[in-house]
Amino acid sequence: MTWVYALLALATVAIILGVLYRPLGDYMAWVYTSRKDWKVERGIYKVIGVDSKTEQTWQAYLRSVLAFSAIGLLIVYGLQRLQQWLPYSLGLPAPSEHLSFNTAASFVGNTNWQSYSPELTVGYTVQFAGLAVQNFVSGAVGIAVAIALVRGFAYRRSGTIGNFWVDLIRGTLRILLPIAVIGAIVLMIGGVIQNFNGFTTVTTLTGATQTIPGGPVASQEVIKLLGTNGGGFFNANSSHPFENPTAWTNVFQVLLMLVIPFSLPRTFGRIVGDNRQGYAILSVMAILYVASFSILTALESAGMGTAPELAGGAMEGKEQRFGILGSTLFATTSTGTSTGAVNSMHDSYTALGGMMPMLNMMLGEVTPGGVGSGIYAILILAVIAVFISGLLIGRTPEYLGKKIGPREIKLAALYILVMPTLVLAGTAMSFAIPGIREDVENTSIWNPGIHGMSEVLYAFTSAANNNGSAFAGLTANTPWLNTALGVVILLGRFVPIVFVLALAGSLAAQDKVPTTSGTLPTHRPMFIGLLTVVTILVTALTFFPVLALGPLAEGLM
Amino acid sequence: MNTQARGVGRTIWVATRAMALLTLALGVGYTLLITGIGQLALPAQANGSIVTNQDGDPVGSALIGQSFTDEDGNPLPEYFQPRPSAAGDGYDGGASSGSNYGPENEDLIAAITERKAQVAEFNGVTEDEVPVDAVTASSSGLDPHISPEYAAIQIDRIADARGIPAEQLRELVAAHTQGPDAGYLGESRVNVLELNIAVDELEG
Repeated sequence: MTWVYALLALATVAIILGVLYRPLGDYMAWVYTSRKDWKVERGIYKVIGVDSKTEQTWQAYLRSVLAFSAIGLLIVYGLQRLQQWLPYSLGLPAPSEHLSFNTAASFVGNTNWQSYSPELTVGYTVQFAGLAVQNFVSGAVGIAVAIALVRGFAYRRSGTIGNFWVDLIRGTLRILLPIAVIGAIVLMIGGVIQNFNGFTTVTTLTGATQTIPGGPVASQEVIKLLGTNGGGFFNANSSHPFENPTAWTNVFQVLLMLVIPFSLPRTFGRIVGDNRQGYAILSVMAILYVASFSILTALESAGMGTAPELAGGAMEGKEQRFGILGSTLFATTSTGTSTGAVNSMHDSYTALGGMMPMLNMMLGEVTPGGVGSGIYAILILAVIAVFISGLLIGRTPEYLGKKIGPREIKLAALYILVMPTLVLAGTAMSFAIPGIREDVENTSIWNPGIHGMSEVLYAFTSAANNNGSAFAGLTANTPWLNTALGVVILLGRFVPIVFVLALAGSLAAQDKVPTTSGTLPTHRPMFIGLLTVVTILVTALTFFPVLALGPLAEGLM
Repeated sequence: MNTQARGVGRTIWVATRAMALLTLALGVGYTLLITGIGQLALPAQANGSIVTNQDGDPVGSALIGQSFTDEDGNPLPEYFQPRPSAAGDGYDGGASSGSNYGPENEDLIAAITERKAQVAEFNGVTEDEVPVDAVTASSSGLDPHISPEYAAIQIDRIADARGIPAEQLRELVAAHTQGPDAGYLGESRVNVLELNIAVDELEG
């Protein structure tokens, strides 16, 4: 019976995404290729001092991305440090320097890792003026970078790859904002709150008192999901009934997370002028997503482990209204999209079940990945796949008519190396450096033994992949973890972006080579299979040893 | 070098103005727009789905679970009991949280063992009849629901404590049991606070 319900839930999601794939994908392609600015956009360009008709070189595009993100970092840091003087701060003091840095890096880097408990740490102004704004713009930055890479494939002999400011403003105004307004209304119909009430105290049925929280939640909730950000208004994130009140809002939240990442392959196919290429990329994403959901659902339904077997099921850290299926659907989506929101506590999953969210992230966030970051990550893997097949058949590798030469393959390889390096180095340093090791073991880790090591591994995997979910027992609000994770988030976000934009520049400068009988077709099932295998191999080989020390050891012992 | 430096300075100035403008539009404008829509069109939901008792006084939120215990934290036999909670001292609306215990954690194993014995004894059933949601803490610590199975094993105890027929309570539980959304999404569930308000109303 579980599988009937699983299939029905999956079919619901698939059908709705399938219906939206072409219109939304085509709409987004139009947004980023249209020559015409809206009137309000012309006003904005005037105020910020940008000529929307001028395209940028990849270096100038990168400089704009970095400058914009650096300003965002300063603003979010500053808002937190000044919290006690801001309105609607609920009497909360300013968070510490290292926590403020971590949070600023985390929201600017589209990660939304939260070392803090929001109810106890951030007032409404920091939430809506700092964090929610970054939820919009960090998502828009991700899509902009992806579109720049797609233009690299589409342009011929071009010195430019688009204008960042135009991509940023259009992505925000034409894509994220309209969907967010509709989505916020739908969430409020379901019961998500939207007020400035603060905490109110009620006398309960038994005569005791209870605190009922308030806040502008719906407006932030929708963009948290749509922009694949994931930072909860409340500590319990999307398991909090005021964020995610019922089973149908749960599926709606899953759709919000998936709708842009799963439609971007269409946008890509459209802009490069071959929709079949989009379907090939979509297929790889969908195959891995469905596989991951099925495995996680099987593992959590089986409920192996001492505590779940004693209780009669893996319901520790899960909500009754969602059940196991609603939890695994959300977890697969959230960790496959770089969102990192949770509607159940991954720390309390079965040992092998808890490994699946980690694996989704370790794949490099391509199932289907974050807004923008998912499609650029999988296009990098496609470049690697084309290169490998080129080696096998002894021809110069080409993708979409562009030669994959030494410069292109070097940039792709460097991109691939960043994430595992950050995950493994961060985890290793946490356990290897004297002083830090004791701090991590005595202060940060919540569950003793092997599971504690998984908590730290999960944290660095989450940070390096800009996911933001956690094995949340970990106390990350320490100087070491706040600083280390904050740095890993920034490097994990912006170093790959440097390589993506450099690759975009180098591809845009090339002319297209004509298709010959020796060209590997990249829209056929064979390439879909090849790309799927490359995606898994790149991950499995890198992370197998460390997984064997953590979840595999715990689950198979 | 000079033009390079000027380029960077100019970019930062553009970035600053862009961020200021977007903060006004998305931070302030958008938040106010959604708040306005919520307060005007959906005030009940936007303000937390507050429920009232028979006298019309607010007693909590339909979406937020609460404790039904005496001052020492002992469960009251005349009320349906919710799931265990890891939010503060239990159902603390200002500190939502799961337990985050891993599947092999000794403290969790001990807690489940203890809860199982307590729930069985409290309701006069065998440990095998105790459903999983009765012995596991939810993710939010504020789960407003229990399974229909957990409600069922509490009926006789409440009937005894209140001196009302169990059949009447059974009908009430059935009326408050909500199936999966749209027939297939999520689990069957019973809202504990709403059910307990209804039980209080039975006695007038």
